[in-house]
Amino acid sequence: MKTASARLFARLRRVGELRILLVVVVFWLVMWLYNPAFISAPTINTVLLYLFGYAIMACGMTILLVSGGFDLSVGSVSALAAIVAAVLMKDSGAPWPLAVLAGLGIGAAAGLLNGLIVAKLDINPFITTLGTMLLARGLTYIVSGGRGRSGFDEHFCWLGQGLVGTVQWPAWLGGAKWSGVQMPIVVSLALVCGADLLLRKSRFFRQNYYLGGNEQAAWLSGIEVNRIKLFNYALSGTLAALAGLLFSARLDSAIPNAGDGDELKVITAVIVGGASLNGGKGTVLGSFLGCLLLATIRPAISFLGIGDHWEKAVVGLILLVAVLLDRIGRKP
Amino acid sequence: MTSGPPALQAIGLSKRFGQVQALDDVNLEIQAGEVHALVGENGAGKSTLINLLVGTLQPDAGRLLVGGREMRFRNAREAAAAGIAAVFQELSVVGSLSVAENIFANRQPVNRLNFIRQGELTRRAEELLRTFNIAIAPHTPVEQLSVAERQVVEILKCLAAHPCVLLLDEPTSSLTQREKEMLFALIRRLREQKHGLIYISHHLPEVIELADRVTVLRDGKRVATRLRREITEPELVRLMVGRELQDIYGQRQTVDRTGPPRLKVEGLCRPGRFADVAFAVWPGEIVGLAGLVGAGRTEVGRALFGADPASSGRIVLDGRPALPRSPGEATKAGLAYVTEDRKTQGLFLRHSIRDNLVAPRLERFAARLGFMRDARIDQYAGACRQRSNIVAPDVHQLVCRLSGGNQQKVLIAAWVGLEPRLLIADEPTRGVDVGARLEIYGQLRELAARGTAVLLISSDLQEILGLSDRILVMRAGRIVGRFDCEEATEERIIAAALDSTH
Repeated sequence: MKTASARLFARLRRVGELRILLVVVVFWLVMWLYNPAFISAPTINTVLLYLFGYAIMACGMTILLVSGGFDLSVGSVSALAAIVAAVLMKDSGAPWPLAVLAGLGIGAAAGLLNGLIVAKLDINPFITTLGTMLLARGLTYIVSGGRGRSGFDEHFCWLGQGLVGTVQWPAWLGGAKWSGVQMPIVVSLALVCGADLLLRKSRFFRQNYYLGGNEQAAWLSGIEVNRIKLFNYALSGTLAALAGLLFSARLDSAIPNAGDGDELKVITAVIVGGASLNGGKGTVLGSFLGCLLLATIRPAISFLGIGDHWEKAVVGLILLVAVLLDRIGRKP
Repeated sequence: MTSGPPALQAIGLSKRFGQVQALDDVNLEIQAGEVHALVGENGAGKSTLINLLVGTLQPDAGRLLVGGREMRFRNAREAAAAGIAAVFQELSVVGSLSVAENIFANRQPVNRLNFIRQGELTRRAEELLRTFNIAIAPHTPVEQLSVAERQVVEILKCLAAHPCVLLLDEPTSSLTQREKEMLFALIRRLREQKHGLIYISHHLPEVIELADRVTVLRDGKRVATRLRREITEPELVRLMVGRELQDIYGQRQTVDRTGPPRLKVEGLCRPGRFADVAFAVWPGEIVGLAGLVGAGRTEVGRALFGADPASSGRIVLDGRPALPRSPGEATKAGLAYVTEDRKTQGLFLRHSIRDNLVAPRLERFAARLGFMRDARIDQYAGACRQRSNIVAPDVHQLVCRLSGGNQQKVLIAAWVGLEPRLLIADEPTRGVDVGARLEIYGQLRELAARGTAVLLISSDLQEILGLSDRILVMRAGRIVGRFDCEEATEERIIAAALDSTH
């Protein structure tokens, strides 16, 4: 019997996300004990709406970090994609699907540029993406002339505001109306699930763990190292663009300084979720839980009535504690 | 030996780097089902030969035949694809992944969607582990394994690619005796399965124990290939260095123990590591600290040096109490510590020989205001290089470019140059060839002759017996045996280290 429980414990220990999951659950539980209204459909909806962009970018960032990469440019690239799409729609009168494709294309191109510099020229990803981060932000101002755009096509706005799964319960079930979930939440959750599954199970994505663990050994095992790096950066750029587009659709507005500092928030969430800057570890689910934890801090602070000034300090503390816990966990 | 073409055959391999003929017309042949050892001093051409075999370097002349077919490798990957796998000293396993996933890196069984079939993966890993009698669960994350187990995973990873030749470069350098046995059993089983094995080691007793044939390289040439039963260890040494070695450990000097000791340790404790450690070292004396890996020897050394300070006890240096709280304090008090792990703890690998040599004594080369006196450093570094016989074009060479033996010489020269009052040398000759050993032993002796007290920590019993004036044996954190050099024998030390009363 003891061996069975020991085996179960060993199994649980192998679940990498256990720690962050526990933290999230305990956090919510404490908040719920403090005020049961904290766990309610509106709060959860607010939190998910707040974090969808981070969650989408975290998918790409997790894969990059696992492979030993890094991307500082996601915030700027998301703004650039949104601005390019907005300028195309408002100034050039382009149809919205074309604008969306152009935005995604800009993201992919920015990512490919990162990938080419990192993979082919062997330049440190931190420096490379710091450069493209500034470059993309600059382009955002140049393309937009420093002005924001708003008043987009309603189909485009539906991408950010539309409700999915609206249900009118029949009268015998109470007759209540379930208002449904906003589009960006659906998209981000679907992406998180898909990316998690792929990074966990698919051989192609699994290669990232070897790459991040030991690049030379990965290459010797027959892994096409450069191709994967290119793919990862392009994916990260594309996902950043998607996040930016959804964000502007949701607000019906694109501004040149959107997403400023998002890259650090995403990286924080991914690290809190168990990934390492040294590569070789991390999961998308863990990163999502990291996003969830960080996104809950703001409503929690307002529930507790502490004052918004505390948010950044708390996030910083959580990051440090997470890294510390990881360190203790590794030393048995 | 089997008939048919050899698994791997090299004919007339030559390679030149600038002025240096690193490899000169070398022939080598590995049969299937043979363990073929490759020995030679550092600089003899071993690493060049290995690099040619595994494709990281290309020969200037000569041919390479795999299973009778001529091959040309442009890089290591092509060699791996042709069935030549190499297990190098630096492990390539990924800590966060399971044993099974590491073994089948990029060769995992997949379904039509290219998703990994977890059950099949585990089953195949289990099968492989069982074939070699290895008790590791396939789903264990590699970061939870010991170094030896990781090495086994590394070898199995190579085997999963079905190589015909497996190259093992110094596989035992960080293993304990029991772990070595586990590795040797694996190697013997591979031999039964008709793999060709190339085994590179500086540890000649291992070579004699394991190999079917031994090839000796010297100065880039093949000196001899012999069957194991036709060769003895002294003869191997003679072939390697090209001359007869009477006693590589040098002559003992008489130690004057009438005066006060240089170092006196009393009741030194660090909970969980060592307890009640007491001994003394006199000026000019070499005291050997023997014991199994994990017996607490290194921990005592680090405590003396203040790296992991002891929680209680007394350390008296030349009559004055000194309980260093940090290596900085210890260095000021005249202590020096040559670490057992030169690559991660001892050297600044990506810096020059010169920078490494002066690293422990920067303040001595600083002028007022803290600026460095470059001319003096150059002069000092040049002198050090000559005295320690470090083989390099100049002192600006990066340390990572040096061979293991020369790296170790740099490390020891850096600390010996401090003229310390007490030198703690932790495994000073690990992974180092006979020639470099000779020089390192010479340096330790010379240092002792000038009055420094030396505490020698080593797993090499021959070294302990050959160098030490007195020998202390540790077991489970305590000193359990004390011998004078005249009364010490290998058997007595081992008996003490293992606690033969069991």
